[in-house]
Amino acid sequence: MIQLTHLQKLEAEAIYIFREAVATSERPVLLYSVGKDSSVLLHLARKAFHPAPPPFPLLHVDTLWEPREIASFRDELVQRLNLDLIIQVNQDGVAAGVNPITSGSRIHTDVMKTVALKQALDAHRFDCAFGGARRDEEKSRAKERIFSHRTPDHRWDPKNQRPEPWRLFNTRKRKGESFRVFPLSNWTELDVWTYIKHERIDVVPLYFAAPRPVVEREGALIVRDDDRMPLLPGEVERIRTVRFRTLGCYPLTGAVASEARTVAEVIAELKSAPVSERQGRLIDHDGAGSMEQKKQEGYF
Amino acid sequence: MSAALAQVETHPTAANDVADARHALLHFITCGSVDDGKSTLIGRLLFEANAVPDDVLDTLRTDSAAIGNASGVLDYSLLVDGLQAEREQGITIDVAYRYFATPRRSFIVADTPGHEQYTRNMATGASGADLAIILIDARKGVLPQTRRHSLIVSLVGVRHVVVAINKIDLVGCNEAVVRAIEADYRGAVAALGFEMITVIPVSARNGDNIARHSELTPWYDGPTLLGWLERVRTDRNVVAAGFAMPVQWVNRPDPDFRGFAGAIASGFIAPGDEVVALPSGVKAKVARIVTFEGDLAAAGAGQAVTLTLDRDIDVSRGDVLISAAASAARAATVRTEIVVQLFVTADRSIGAGDSFIVQVGAATASAQVVEVLHATDVESFARRTAVRLALNDLGHVRLRLDRSLAITPYSVLRELGALILIDRLTNGTAAMGIVAADPAEADGNRVVAFRRAAGRTLEYTMGPQWRQEIAPAATWRLGSAVLLGTIVTIVTGNPAWGLAAALLDAALRPLLRLTHRRIWAVLRQRAHRQRDILSDGGGI
Repeated sequence: MIQLTHLQKLEAEAIYIFREAVATSERPVLLYSVGKDSSVLLHLARKAFHPAPPPFPLLHVDTLWEPREIASFRDELVQRLNLDLIIQVNQDGVAAGVNPITSGSRIHTDVMKTVALKQALDAHRFDCAFGGARRDEEKSRAKERIFSHRTPDHRWDPKNQRPEPWRLFNTRKRKGESFRVFPLSNWTELDVWTYIKHERIDVVPLYFAAPRPVVEREGALIVRDDDRMPLLPGEVERIRTVRFRTLGCYPLTGAVASEARTVAEVIAELKSAPVSERQGRLIDHDGAGSMEQKKQEGYF
Repeated sequence: MSAALAQVETHPTAANDVADARHALLHFITCGSVDDGKSTLIGRLLFEANAVPDDVLDTLRTDSAAIGNASGVLDYSLLVDGLQAEREQGITIDVAYRYFATPRRSFIVADTPGHEQYTRNMATGASGADLAIILIDARKGVLPQTRRHSLIVSLVGVRHVVVAINKIDLVGCNEAVVRAIEADYRGAVAALGFEMITVIPVSARNGDNIARHSELTPWYDGPTLLGWLERVRTDRNVVAAGFAMPVQWVNRPDPDFRGFAGAIASGFIAPGDEVVALPSGVKAKVARIVTFEGDLAAAGAGQAVTLTLDRDIDVSRGDVLISAAASAARAATVRTEIVVQLFVTADRSIGAGDSFIVQVGAATASAQVVEVLHATDVESFARRTAVRLALNDLGHVRLRLDRSLAITPYSVLRELGALILIDRLTNGTAAMGIVAADPAEADGNRVVAFRRAAGRTLEYTMGPQWRQEIAPAATWRLGSAVLLGTIVTIVTGNPAWGLAAALLDAALRPLLRLTHRRIWAVLRQRAHRQRDILSDGGGI
């Protein structure tokens, strides 16, 4: 018998999930956030359907407040791999002047991410959206199914989830209902990085340590990507060597002080890391159960 | 014995090597009743394995003070009780998966509800597990739910059990209490066929015998819980089933390429091997094994691949490609009637006449419940007659499918022997089920057993399409026997000799054909065994 390694098993499982979802849905889409998990997800999608290209477009919900490197990395990749990309911006939110500085993290995330995502899913009538979420990220994610059922208004009901015994995914749905599908459910952050190293997958350079303009705010290291973010009284911008473990709107996402400049160094750092991955995300700390609330409302 | 099994024996694998055990993954489930301290135990394991980051520990300290039910001591259960509703009720209501690793091994933990109304979540969590931790409160001993949890994990194929007798500090760390519970438990589950039962006295709250041996239990010289989880080997017995792959998706990027994508369920395959598409029974040879990294020279169980065939046969999602070698053809049979042990997971009962969508592997069909054979009491394990099965009930039913599917008993191959029933109205998963080893075994009907055995023998000698071939084959056989009898009668002038020759010919020739086939099957298997297999899988 061929003995598969831990990563080979995870890869085979993800490919299996991709194929099940595509075979049983009409209009699938891959939610591509440009982060490391999305990069792995895209790589697995290309493997699952080879020699055909991935039979679905990519969707990037652009909040207009992500670090500029994200868009440049995305555009280069899409052109190089000849992918079909949809960029969604909530124009109503833009018109209303929603932003993370004056609107606050909760309203900004809701309008520019959650609402924008729903707009795109509705406009294109997508019935299956692949996401790169992992169960080890956050407590409420630990209970989410691999095929997560959503009502026509995109709500998740944590108390009414379908059992997923063995690998039998019940993909039946009514008109208007959809699934969020998470092929990386069983991966850990370390698995993702080990796989990136093994497969030589390109990721945004933001994940690697470099000197960047940093402002310390509420204990988080905020990289000031442009001057739309005003400094508060007493704050000073300093150049520090930092990297990101997770990406998002720059005023809401903390970096970590790090010297890890390569994938191998990131892996070494993770193996001794004393803090959790989502610690840098200010939106998760809005109160106990805040992520679960966002997910019920349709946040990814 | 299949080629896959032979490979296990001739190539000692990484799992056999302790030094490499850190690459092995242990998937386990924890089962216990509402307040046996299950979440505390998992939280404690995460803490002891250094899997709790500093910021999470900080949150734990604030949360313990705010919600926790124990003062002064950290409430480790808060590390795992994820959903808001559960936190408020103080119980775990769903399956939560946890991931942690020690230098020796990676772990996936399915944390499942103990409460009776959530037994279905437990069954889901157990379906992927290699091992189960059954938690028993030392003050309470073996409870009805202990028996229920044990039965369910045994049903879905878990063979290794750790009995964690928790809260030993509350019974004064008394050895006699622990030994009495152990004897009680072993007696209660004797019929369930566990391969290994390991009993460990622990206190999840205080950390006794979790990662370090406790000074409070000097009489206990067994492993610590974490030590045992790192060491235990749960290699599944590979049952000889040969190559089988349910087709998930037909890959047709252009008119020149037609590939069948799927995950190999058992055995292995190489270009040139002959396969049969079930349920149609049409044969073809494998042309290529296509992957993103290039074509493979061979592929085996667990790998996700795309196969192309040497000729254009009709194969679609849900069909199963199996090795044309006799052993595999015998394992998977095309059936329209099956006896299934069901576990009801929806808030509706199931009885004769009900119609569902059945899903086996990637295949679906319409299924009607012909009859409920009996129900099994999940606490006493006794069978009783039943008309309908309700939520959390377990029982055997006979299902009739509207089209034939390739199916094996669950004990032979999980991928073709596990199923779910889907409610047509709600689209919910109404039940999960496993195909009984032999339909006759379930209802005690000898006639059915004989018919099945005869069917298997015919299939073995004549191939999966024996139903279509049996009538012409029989008339041909009879015709030639009559002809031989006539010739012998003419030559010897004695009709008795002629009759004897005809009868002998009719009986002996099929037997010789069966022997001849068996010899060929053995020769083919030898050839397979000698074939060189990629040890790295060529996947990643």
